[in-house]
Amino acid sequence: MIEQHLLLKRVDFIFVQDTDWEKILQKSIQRPKQELINELISSELKGRGGAGFPTGLKWKLTSEVESDEKYVICNADEGEPGTFKDREILTRVPYKVLTAMAVCGFIVGAKNGIIYLRGEYKFLEKPLNEAINEFSYFCKKINLDFTVKIFMGSGAYICGEETALFESLEGKRGEPRNKPPYPSISGYRKKPTVINNVETLAHTYTIFKYGAKKFYDLGVQYSRGSKLFSISGDTPKPGIYELELGMSLSDFVDEFGDGDTKAVQVGGASGFLVPRKKFHETAIGYQGKLVGISLPTGGSMMLFNSSRSMYNLLDNYLEFFREESCGQCTPCRIGCQQLLAGIKAVKKGERPAPYLNKLLKLSETMQFTAKCGLGQSVANSFASIVENFREEMIY
Amino acid sequence: MSETIHITINGIAVEVEENTVILDAAKKVNVVIPTLCYHQDICVAGNCRVCLVEVTGQKRLAAACATPCEEGMDILTNSLKVRNCRKHIIELLLSEHNSDCTKCYKNGKCELQLLASEYKIMTQDFIELYKEKHHTIDNFSPSIVKDDSKCIRCQRCVRTCEELQGVNALAVAYKGHEMKISTFYEKSMNDVVCTNCGQCVNRCPTGALVEKNYIEEVWDAISNPDLHVVVQTAPAVRIGLGEELGYKVGTRVTGKMVAALKRLGFDAVLDTDFTADLTIMEEGSELLNRLKKVLVDKDTTVALPMATSCSPGWIKYIEHMYPEYLPNLSTCKSPQQMFGALLKTYYAKVRNIDPKKIVSVSVMPCTAKKFEAARPEMLGSGYRDVDYVLTTRELAIMIKQAGIDFVQLEEMEFDRLMGESTGAAVIFGVTGGVMEAALRTAYELVTGREIPFKNLVVQPIRGMEGVRMSSIKIENTLEAWRFLEGVELKFAIVHGLTNAKKAMDMIKTGTADFHFLEVMACPGGCLGGGGQPIPTNYEIRKKRAAAIYAEDMGKPIRKSHENPEVIKIYNDFLGKPLGELSHKLLHTTYQLRERT
Amino acid sequence: MDSLHRRIVALADLHGRTRESLLPILQGVVEHENYLSQKSMVEISKELDLPAAEVFGTATFYSFLEHRKMGKFTIRVCKTISCSMKGKNQILLAIKEMLKIDIGQTTPDGRFSLVETNCLGWCHKAPAMVINHEVFTELTPEKVREILGEYLKKEL
Repeated sequence: MIEQHLLLKRVDFIFVQDTDWEKILQKSIQRPKQELINELISSELKGRGGAGFPTGLKWKLTSEVESDEKYVICNADEGEPGTFKDREILTRVPYKVLTAMAVCGFIVGAKNGIIYLRGEYKFLEKPLNEAINEFSYFCKKINLDFTVKIFMGSGAYICGEETALFESLEGKRGEPRNKPPYPSISGYRKKPTVINNVETLAHTYTIFKYGAKKFYDLGVQYSRGSKLFSISGDTPKPGIYELELGMSLSDFVDEFGDGDTKAVQVGGASGFLVPRKKFHETAIGYQGKLVGISLPTGGSMMLFNSSRSMYNLLDNYLEFFREESCGQCTPCRIGCQQLLAGIKAVKKGERPAPYLNKLLKLSETMQFTAKCGLGQSVANSFASIVENFREEMIY
Repeated sequence: MSETIHITINGIAVEVEENTVILDAAKKVNVVIPTLCYHQDICVAGNCRVCLVEVTGQKRLAAACATPCEEGMDILTNSLKVRNCRKHIIELLLSEHNSDCTKCYKNGKCELQLLASEYKIMTQDFIELYKEKHHTIDNFSPSIVKDDSKCIRCQRCVRTCEELQGVNALAVAYKGHEMKISTFYEKSMNDVVCTNCGQCVNRCPTGALVEKNYIEEVWDAISNPDLHVVVQTAPAVRIGLGEELGYKVGTRVTGKMVAALKRLGFDAVLDTDFTADLTIMEEGSELLNRLKKVLVDKDTTVALPMATSCSPGWIKYIEHMYPEYLPNLSTCKSPQQMFGALLKTYYAKVRNIDPKKIVSVSVMPCTAKKFEAARPEMLGSGYRDVDYVLTTRELAIMIKQAGIDFVQLEEMEFDRLMGESTGAAVIFGVTGGVMEAALRTAYELVTGREIPFKNLVVQPIRGMEGVRMSSIKIENTLEAWRFLEGVELKFAIVHGLTNAKKAMDMIKTGTADFHFLEVMACPGGCLGGGGQPIPTNYEIRKKRAAAIYAEDMGKPIRKSHENPEVIKIYNDFLGKPLGELSHKLLHTTYQLRERT
Repeated sequence: MDSLHRRIVALADLHGRTRESLLPILQGVVEHENYLSQKSMVEISKELDLPAAEVFGTATFYSFLEHRKMGKFTIRVCKTISCSMKGKNQILLAIKEMLKIDIGQTTPDGRFSLVETNCLGWCHKAPAMVINHEVFTELTPEKVREILGEYLKKEL
């Protein structure tokens, strides 16, 4: 099989409580900025929200733009179905995220940080504010000019898309912007902005604490470090696990399956459904030189056993996208409606089975033409479900 | 210095400046990329995705309207991938759109229909979504009909309403499959801040926003032998109408238009320009009167600057947005309404026709005029001043329906009695025109000399900038106007309601030092009105403006106060400007409106 | 000045009067009024000098900024895949039977409104729901009846 795959290996960095954050912060802001950026770049940390953009490069780009005003934004609009790790990070180790934001602010030259917290996590606002208060008190003490505030979302999945999030912060509808320009040049308030997922920031804390090597030594080539996985569905042990990247899906299912796993949804509704026959050739990590299929993920792993209808699964996803699309661009707004109406029509026999092929083509068009990641990624689950479970779509 | 970028489009090398978008680069080498949400007058949205092109080496297609060219880009606008995707996009739009084209007012003029026809979308494989959506048609406004079943969510209307007009009657509401263009709380357009300017109608690519048409009502009236149906035509109609009937933009068709109207069967074809001249007499007198009260009588209750009142979109705008400044509005009715009021009094009397039997029709470049005609204030004659308002577009439709070969028509002249007009009246159709006409008359009235500009062309106030300011020093006045000796009369001209807002905010903050303000609700003035031929853009408006100025130059009389019919109506009927009868028939009042 | 107006002025004083303050102010109104009435949106648009249609358009984008009249307690039952798999329908049924309302409805006394919502982020403890902001997970019909029983005791 695939020898390069690591065995499933649990690690424990993110949720380890430590009392060092004040020291880490103080130490970090005395280091040369370039050194910190190099540290991050050499760790090969990639964005843990799902898109996998190299974090060091992101910070570097923003640091190089000249501007009187810059922002650091923590994206806590965790809305991908099957994902719940960011909530736990903010509940259990908020100071790591805050420290990372401050170090980022120091590096790129930003004095303001914002945590965009999804409305569904309103209950977190109060404890998080308490952590922020304590954190701000310390920043003042060490004369670090950096403030953090929380901005509450109000129930819109699309606001997790970074430019939609900026729009929302600016008091508008969360509609993604045209890109370019990218956030490092023009983000929140059209100013250079670093926007990172909660988990990404937490990993930078680990890197600043222990150095890049400790992180880099985990995982495999192109997929370095560890990652939090949100595990749900038909599993005897649902929950959040920190695992090294690069594991094979077979090993994953051996560990977390219920012995009857039919398929795994990797990366939530916008990710891919992997059927049992492809478990052994699928690895979890970013695209690279791994043999076989390598699937990136924001950490959502949903397991389904043989009692589950893959038609119902797809129906549920498409209903989700149909409602959560911002609605501005044609392929996403209408495409999602057509895909849903289409599979219903095939199921009811109102359209012939080959209509599925037209829908597959449509999902491909959405991938090529939609304005943002939401519309572009609908094809992931659609195609992987329809292609692997075609019979279930028809009968 | 911006950098030069080298790219190829369909194999053709193009050099463009930095930050040029692909769409504009393609234009340089005559490559046409289809668009729907894109419009030159408003900001880029990039949401319809029709203009997608392939950039070699990139998996995803790029929206040509929103993607800046980068060095070395190799762009394909007609690759298989582009064609397939574009076809899908059009099919998707059609599936959400009420495609019952033969029953649509925009049939033959719809950009989506044209695109579908170009791409030969012959089948509808996708499920027809619009049928499940229970759309309602909002036809409560006298000016605009909004039919959501035909909306493709391109948001041109929303951007127009916000950027050009600053009205924001329309916004994007809801999300996902429920996303739609909506007024506040989905109220009728008639119950919100909409000024009826129709700029959204001018830019809607489909039949989702159209003027409310009164074509059948007018045909009915014409066909009724008991009725005397009179039509008046606004200045901007004669320079726009040709575009609908086979002429190039900027062609003057005054004589043919008159001939066509006669063939349609109107009992008299008259000219709104006549009351435009009359407006100058009334409004000019009102301004001088206000100046006198302020300068001589030191009357602090008189509101200055005085603002023009010809543009009904502007009137409704100020009623909603700046109700505390209604006293600044001239009390003059618009030329359309003055005409209507005189038609059912003066004209009826002279022609000896029972005013009850007169049907007053106007052809306007404007959708707001439909609302204006229906205002309760407009009954000064005891009848409704204007019964039906047609847009330039509706007139073109009637001409086609009547089987008139417009191009071959012999030119004719307006009938007399309210058919005579001057060059000063013609320029009412262009931004700055009312001001220029007023100056031509007021200056001469006050000094006894012609305004000191070559050929009466007051160049400093012409142009297309959104806000223009100028002044003229009044010297050597006639005895009666001594109080104006040495006064520097200052004026401001704005067009597009976003610019009106700028002027109003200057007044509000006390930074406005001008005496007289001309506001036209539509970009370019009436020539860019909501009832004018579609499409519109800056170049088109400039050509129409040139046509209006040419019409002015061709007129034998070019000052309102020299219009013989105007002199006659004061002698025979009205008495004097601002007189008692004028007050009753030619002036009006305004109302306070909510800002929602 | 009525209480709604006072509340909006206070929220604007707290959050500011720029466009960026719009969401926090809308949220603040929903917090107290349960939903955004036409009147409240008009007041907000005046207070922030924003077009009313823009306020409406922005509010209707966000699922938690309801503009239809809602009860004091809004029950949001997650309908996304994990919850759906783990018995969301039985939960809904239990609520519907107990409160005698359907999805999208409000009890006649104005106490409860019932809606479905997208992923709440409790997939590992499905099925889940929130009542206003309070989260309830690993629901069973019995548990739901108990929870609602507690809410029935609360003051209206």
